[in-house]
Amino acid sequence: MNLMQKTKTKTKTEKDDQLTNKLLTSVKEMVQTCMQCGTCTASCPNAFAMDYTPRYLWRLVLMEKTDEIFHSKTFTLCSSCYYCTLRCPRGLELTDAMALLKQIAARQKLPQYKQSSLFYKNFMESVRRHGRVREMEFMTLYFITMKNPLVPLRFIPLGMKLMSKGKVSLGNPLKRSGALNAVFKKVEELEAGS
Amino acid sequence: MKYFYYPGCSLEGTAQEYNLSTETFMAAVGAELIEIEDWVCCGASAAAPTSHLLSLALPAINLAIAEKANAENQNGNLDILVPCSACYINLKRVEEVTRKDTALLNKINLVLEVEGHQLQGNIHVRHLLDVIVRDMGMEMFRERLKKPLDGISVAPYYGCQCLRPYRVFDDPEDPRSMEPILKAVGASVHSWNKGGQCCGASHTTTKPEVGLELVAAILKEAKGADAIVTVCPMCQMNLEAYQKKIAHKYQEDINITILYLPQLLCLAFGLSENKIGLDLNLSVTDQFREKIGLKQRKSSE
Repeated sequence: MNLMQKTKTKTKTEKDDQLTNKLLTSVKEMVQTCMQCGTCTASCPNAFAMDYTPRYLWRLVLMEKTDEIFHSKTFTLCSSCYYCTLRCPRGLELTDAMALLKQIAARQKLPQYKQSSLFYKNFMESVRRHGRVREMEFMTLYFITMKNPLVPLRFIPLGMKLMSKGKVSLGNPLKRSGALNAVFKKVEELEAGS
Repeated sequence: MKYFYYPGCSLEGTAQEYNLSTETFMAAVGAELIEIEDWVCCGASAAAPTSHLLSLALPAINLAIAEKANAENQNGNLDILVPCSACYINLKRVEEVTRKDTALLNKINLVLEVEGHQLQGNIHVRHLLDVIVRDMGMEMFRERLKKPLDGISVAPYYGCQCLRPYRVFDDPEDPRSMEPILKAVGASVHSWNKGGQCCGASHTTTKPEVGLELVAAILKEAKGADAIVTVCPMCQMNLEAYQKKIAHKYQEDINITILYLPQLLCLAFGLSENKIGLDLNLSVTDQFREKIGLKQRKSSE
């Protein structure tokens, strides 16, 4: 039994690694013609908080410096404003490239990306169950999985304000429970097979 | 004027007043909204970091439902109207990518099949601001104007995702599309260059030390204006919810009224504040209420 479980886990990890490599190759292809002009860095509203600038990050991607890419918090700081995508003289879809890096980090369960990936994961779990996001349930799931009692404290003032306004509704979920189970399953199946 | 309506999850929760004021505004200008039946979440900013295919399949379900209704109805080919910029960009992306990439459309349809949907890829997705700017003439606003916003200075805030990456109804570098509308209802336009700058999006939740910097920069630039108007629930929440925290951090008074664009337009149409859910906003100052001729509220805020 133990052995079987182990084999199962291993296969899953191998599959994950394969997918990670495939995704990383996609990112490299997306920024292949980067000429290091730095327009992305100059346009990025979050560059002030990054360790590596976006321009430097694209160089790391091209040089396949995987460890440095994922030790950096640069891609986690992309807020998808699309300024770099708009202005890139090479027409590269840099915001989408950042999103792919986030996806890889979430799949790899990188510790420094934990807060964001749990946020996304719990959000999507709420969507899978109800078809729509129930804000209250999603935040509760998020706090439980964070396992850090200090995080919820930060949200108390805003949470109280929203509740007093009656804004923390349970939403109007679709009639069925597990509303999007089949869709999520099919996506997983197609992504594993491709 | 008739549109399919995709409110999105925020408009059922924290942005109820955006939903209410959009419906009130559209009714006031004689436009009809048909809510997409059984619409599902667009995936927000959470689907893309989880799975690329899922981030396309979720919005595609909504497009497919609307397309089918278009094919069955006598309504003609209705566009989908989306008030939330984050939902808009997700739905719009599916419209854009499926038009260019048939293989991807087929892959999306493999997913949609399990729910009995199929996407042709011929429906158009439009942001509320796009519809206001391009489908409604200024005459329409002047005709309905009951309480001109004389002496009120408004800072138009567009945010990112209704402008970029899809260049549709405004200049993504220097957005100006709200200005004629604001002037048509008597307001003056606060001159600033923060209209298209990022509000920090979900950073205010996951990385507050970064997100609040961006919000603070916007609020500081708005000084001198009576209100900022927004067209996105995420922008609205970021600009209105953290004012106290920012004022404390920078020791600066940045308190300002934040309204959704349709709320402001409805006020100019003389519609009551109940019809636009004004009590649900987190930041409406006493000075603003006085200036616009609304009764003062008793609450402690």
